[in-house]
Amino acid sequence: MLNLKDVKKQYIEPNGEILTILDIADFQVATGEQMVLLGRSGCGKTTLLYVIAGISRADAGKVMIDNLDIQRLSESGRDRYRAEKIGYVFQTFNLLPGFSALENVMLGMTFARQRKNAQHAKRLLTRVGLGHRMTHKPTAMSVGEQQRVAVARALANRPKLLLADEPTANVDPGNQKQIVELIRETCSEENVTLVMVTHAMEVASQFSRTVRLEEINRATAETQQGDLSSNDNTVTGVP
Amino acid sequence: MSLWRIAWRSIQRRGLASTLTALSMALGVTLVVAVLLIHGLVERSFRNNSSLGYNVIVGFPGGSLQLVLNSVYYLSKPIENIRYDQYEEFLSIEESAAYRQEIRSDEPPLERDGRFHMLKKFAIPLCLGDYFGRFRLVGTTCQMFEDFEYDPEEHRKYTFSEGRNFKTYSEEHGYFECIAGSTVAREHNLKLGQKVSARHGDPEGDLHDEHPFTIVGILAPSGTPNDRAVFVNIEGFYLMDGHAEPIDEDSEPTASLEETSTSITGASGRSDSDSASVNPLADVSLEYRPLPFRQRRVTAVLVRTVNALVTPRLESVIDEDPTMQAALPIGEIFSLFEVIVRPVQKVLLAITVLICIVSGVSILVSIYNSMSERRHEIAVMRALGASRAVVMQVVLWESVILSLGGGIIGWLAGHGLIGLLGPLIEERTGVLVSPFDLTPRLEIMIEILKVELGMPSEFVLIPGLIILAILVGFWPALTAYRTDVAKALNSSP
Repeated sequence: MLNLKDVKKQYIEPNGEILTILDIADFQVATGEQMVLLGRSGCGKTTLLYVIAGISRADAGKVMIDNLDIQRLSESGRDRYRAEKIGYVFQTFNLLPGFSALENVMLGMTFARQRKNAQHAKRLLTRVGLGHRMTHKPTAMSVGEQQRVAVARALANRPKLLLADEPTANVDPGNQKQIVELIRETCSEENVTLVMVTHAMEVASQFSRTVRLEEINRATAETQQGDLSSNDNTVTGVP
Repeated sequence: MSLWRIAWRSIQRRGLASTLTALSMALGVTLVVAVLLIHGLVERSFRNNSSLGYNVIVGFPGGSLQLVLNSVYYLSKPIENIRYDQYEEFLSIEESAAYRQEIRSDEPPLERDGRFHMLKKFAIPLCLGDYFGRFRLVGTTCQMFEDFEYDPEEHRKYTFSEGRNFKTYSEEHGYFECIAGSTVAREHNLKLGQKVSARHGDPEGDLHDEHPFTIVGILAPSGTPNDRAVFVNIEGFYLMDGHAEPIDEDSEPTASLEETSTSITGASGRSDSDSASVNPLADVSLEYRPLPFRQRRVTAVLVRTVNALVTPRLESVIDEDPTMQAALPIGEIFSLFEVIVRPVQKVLLAITVLICIVSGVSILVSIYNSMSERRHEIAVMRALGASRAVVMQVVLWESVILSLGGGIIGWLAGHGLIGLLGPLIEERTGVLVSPFDLTPRLEIMIEILKVELGMPSEFVLIPGLIILAILVGFWPALTAYRTDVAKALNSSP
């Protein structure tokens, strides 16, 4: 499903130095698989997701999704690819405050070529337990409810791959497990491949496959200054 | 969701700022519509009055424009008068005889037909020089308000909202009947039967209280300068003090109160004792005899020629006489329009364009200022698959909605404003306005297609506003287009 080969992403720092964020020789995820990428803060987790989602372009290598190398796509091609094949759950939910829960879910459909389906959006919201909150705006919702809306939005276009960037980071511990379970269950139901990044061990422990980003990212390994703490189950230095 | 709906949500979210921006556009368009309508009013007030049913004005030599301003618009000081016999050159023997009989004059009719009588369809004399309040008092014949069409194209005649036309001679009021224009009647609250006196030569001049005129009719509004004048029987006008031309010949009969004892045996052939026995009121009226024709002067003669072909000939013949001139009102009015009104209109149009630009800039500033706080929102849309073109369209939609929404409100407000000001405009200018009036036609010549489009200028307003909105929205839309998604997503929402 997902196959990264010799992917490099670099940034030029203000002082002119080149900073390598990603240097991944090989990383694969099978169709329908649900896995977690574990890593400390600043190790390139979000950058990796951006590269997979086509939000950022890698400087080198191949990013293959269903045998399609998105590196070769034009920017508009990547936009279309993102709209139709990728679902994205952000750490900070990123719901649009002026839109109701239903409109936020339907917003995801607006940019895909498929027909807008309000019934599908309502079904997803009902599935995430918000059938009674569809007309509410994000500001009138709890943090847990907002993240549920974000999950429904990410699945609105029936993506092939769901990328979840620390979806429980802003959720209280009581809700963390529920959110992860919700994402996993809905991905299973919709037959969506799931890649979740987190720094929390208890989240990672819910997945059968956990990959430490430091293990696949040579750039991180070179500059690694800390290590995963076995005591608090978090990566050191994580905010 | 459609893109316009996404834009609308964004506008709703920034409720106050959006309202103020749309309001600024609304105010701009209100001004534009009002200015364009006033522009149209100015033009209409000129054009309406350029075809008052006559095509030649005959008066004393001087500026043609002054003669037209005097006779058509009742503006400017009257120039010299022409002799009555010069006016009579437009009459036939029969017409002069009939008029003499009508006014009960004992003077003989013309011995020959007037030189121009075959060329005219009608000729109406005007005597100017007196005032009623700030309005002109016009001495004329009753012909002006009988079968005369002031707008021949539309077959419009003067009508009366109250009363009737004045009579050349009436048993009740003699020569002293008058009618009031609608504006004069409204401003002075004139009623039928009321007596009015003129001031000589100036609104502050001596009062002609020796011969008050009785109002027998009030004109319905016509949108012509005649709404702003009082029309008196020319015979009564001549009998007011100072209106008789002095003559040297001692033998010449003159009009005076002293002659009241002389019998009125003119055309009617009645004696005063007869008339007294028939109608005692007639005695009061018949205190006066009509002014002898040799003592009469006319300020202008409004002439409609039998056809347009004879007009140049009439004009040239009249201009050969050093004591007369013929002015063609349409030509004068149009040259006045081009020289004075057109530049004013251009200034007004320039102001409207500036107002539109200022309103457009306010939209630009509003949307552009919101872009920094919306960068994150745009990045989220991009992350969900929106292309650069799509987020650009969303911003342009926002600009179009604000511009068009404000524009429609302003358009309605502009017409509403004109509707509210209508009575005042009519009172001040004599031009009838309605909130449903459209702005003047805009002539667009498409050279390549050889097509000329004529449409009210406000119909260009809406596509114009959309174009303006796109232009002013383009810059913030470009900012949206250039948003660095990864960077904006990492920033706090």
